[in-house]
Amino acid sequence: MSLGSVPLKYKISIDRDQCMKCMRCVDNCSYGVYRVEDDKILIDSRKCTACHRCISMCPRDAISLQERPVDYRSHPVWTVEAREDVINQARTGKIILSGMGNAVDYPIIFDRLLLDACQVTNPSIDPLREPMELRTYIGKKPSKLEFTKNNGDIDLQTKLTPNLKLDTPIMVGHMSYGAISLPAQLSIAKAVKKTGTFMGTGEGGMHEAIYPYQDHSIVQIASGRFGVDIDYLERGAAIEIKVGQGAKPGIGGHLPGEKVCADVSCTRMIPLGSDAISPAPHHDIYSIEDLAQLVRSLKEATNWEKPVFVKIAAVHNVAAIAAGIAKSSADAVVIDGFKGGTGAAPKVFRDNVGLPIEAAIAAVDQKLNDQGIRNEVSIIASGGIRNSGDLAKSIALGADAVYIGTASLIALGCRVCGNCYRGLCPWGIATQRPELVSRIDSDVGAENIANLIHAWTLELSELMGAAGLNSIESLRGNRERLRGYMLDQGLLDVLKIEPMGV
Amino acid sequence: MAEPLVIDVKGMHYSPLNKMIRKAVATGVKEIVLNNVLGQRFIGNGVRGDAKIIVNGVPGGDLGMFMSGPECEVFGNAEHAPGNTMDQGSLIIHGSAGDAVAHSMRGGKVFVEGNIGYRGGIHMKEYEGKRPILVVGGTSHAFLGEYMAGGLILVLGIGNEPAVQDRGIGSGIHGGEIIIRGDVDDKLLGVGAKKVEFTDDDLIRLTPVIEDFCGRFDIDPKPFLDTNYSRIIPASARPFAGKYTWE
Repeated sequence: MSLGSVPLKYKISIDRDQCMKCMRCVDNCSYGVYRVEDDKILIDSRKCTACHRCISMCPRDAISLQERPVDYRSHPVWTVEAREDVINQARTGKIILSGMGNAVDYPIIFDRLLLDACQVTNPSIDPLREPMELRTYIGKKPSKLEFTKNNGDIDLQTKLTPNLKLDTPIMVGHMSYGAISLPAQLSIAKAVKKTGTFMGTGEGGMHEAIYPYQDHSIVQIASGRFGVDIDYLERGAAIEIKVGQGAKPGIGGHLPGEKVCADVSCTRMIPLGSDAISPAPHHDIYSIEDLAQLVRSLKEATNWEKPVFVKIAAVHNVAAIAAGIAKSSADAVVIDGFKGGTGAAPKVFRDNVGLPIEAAIAAVDQKLNDQGIRNEVSIIASGGIRNSGDLAKSIALGADAVYIGTASLIALGCRVCGNCYRGLCPWGIATQRPELVSRIDSDVGAENIANLIHAWTLELSELMGAAGLNSIESLRGNRERLRGYMLDQGLLDVLKIEPMGV
Repeated sequence: MAEPLVIDVKGMHYSPLNKMIRKAVATGVKEIVLNNVLGQRFIGNGVRGDAKIIVNGVPGGDLGMFMSGPECEVFGNAEHAPGNTMDQGSLIIHGSAGDAVAHSMRGGKVFVEGNIGYRGGIHMKEYEGKRPILVVGGTSHAFLGEYMAGGLILVLGIGNEPAVQDRGIGSGIHGGEIIIRGDVDDKLLGVGAKKVEFTDDDLIRLTPVIEDFCGRFDIDPKPFLDTNYSRIIPASARPFAGKYTWE
């Protein structure tokens, strides 16, 4: 018995009057949508992923794409996706794999938060004529400072712990070499150096091409310990223990053997073509005490010279977990919300497990304040930060800085088609195929990402100035400057903000 | 031969101790003797070079983690995860060790004269010239060689019949090999592990390892130089292939 085919997801058509048969679409599509027969470009729309590579390369704007060209009988419960997933699993009996972040239409809390601005009673500040302090330090802050007088000078007696110094509270999160291509990672590395901030290496070691930018990198140690040795730990400006990821909380990672090419194999220190499996937990961390042991082990190995971050997915008990992390000697807790991107995640996890970052930041900030340990760790928020508005709101909810991921890839061409796990990314980002990887010029890529960080930084300054704030510290955790728009009382209580009009 | 550096570590915190070790190694000290060790964690963490560290007593967790080169010999038992993510060098333990021994170890060798706890050799991996070796004189608890991606685990089972009685051996193994003295009940094998015959060729390969281990603990190697072993290897190099369908 055949279930037949499901309708096309996307339909591609070419305006034949416009088309000049330059064949750029044929050359650029790595999914095989286009082929040439008898001097005619033929289209196989079923292969299309809506990555827009052909559309963006077409010099005549001759290509159009239509999503869902075939209607199903509309039904509020049995959505098209629900029906197609059942058909897929009835055919295969397998777990559905998806790319990029949560694709369910949950309300986005950021879009229900409104920022404040000054009118009359206190003046707003023009960032053009007054300095705006955006410098951000990530790491422990002492609970008090002790000084001694020394012949008219004042000497600081308190020993400060190492902090990362950021020129802007925007970092680029962990995307490993392997998950993304080397030119993509190199673009990010060059961009963060240019903008005075940091990037995460992801779990996968550090390729030698990144060494010149290592002072701007945060090296990651995850459950697979790929590419981890003492040299790697010493290279990073900071070290991050990845416990969980917002796109797939509670499960491990799995780089398929096909993506383990010679260079990836060398960087991860595993044989060519072998699967790189990161188990769900770190098998030397079965308790909060074990986490403290790993944090201290990393510090001990690097002479207590590097801040150590712990990254967790935002889950129901995120605040209590973060408080445990704060007591483990860690310098920052990274919270990854359920809108965070990924190269591959089981769809059921991506769409159903975890919490939105907005609620998680507020809950963690509040818990740490309640326990008097907010100074022990910085909070880095990630997972669905789309613009400077989300950035400003994250900081007002209590974050010290954010990680961006998907936004930085969009700056490299990504159109969020969500097929990263197939390794055929036509933008040369989520692939290791040489002919695709070469599509990224890391100098141009770096320029784009640096532009994005710069633009958001400018907008953040403007937003702060409008609110009469001239330093990022005055915005941090300043929930008085937020109001909830059509949020229920339960969530307003969690966010510790007032509804609009109050 | 220069005099060894002797440190009485009674009551000392691990941090100043490791600073002293690091400094000594940096200044060219070739042998460091630590007396009265009791629970100090992270001894030899991330230390490079070819120094020898003698530990008299019971070190704490993560002994020799990220260590790259030195030899560390322990006269006593070891705690949780000795040889964790170790890169090169050796740990010789004249006693037993806790859970997660040689966790994610990438190179070098860990010899444990007695027994080890759960998850021994978990996620050990090899790359090019680096092939980690874990040898256990006694027995092991469950999940030996779980997620193993490369290297060698050898369990001699001295004083234990059968050598390993706990389950989950090689769960999710996708590289490397686990060699266990005598027969291993099939029901003890984890998902993804399979048992194959231990051949004469295997014995030739393993002989230097067996002799090295026995030599370190004054054990006569002769009774171990036969083919009475079980060899456990991955059923597939891709244990999770075929689990997923595309969206």
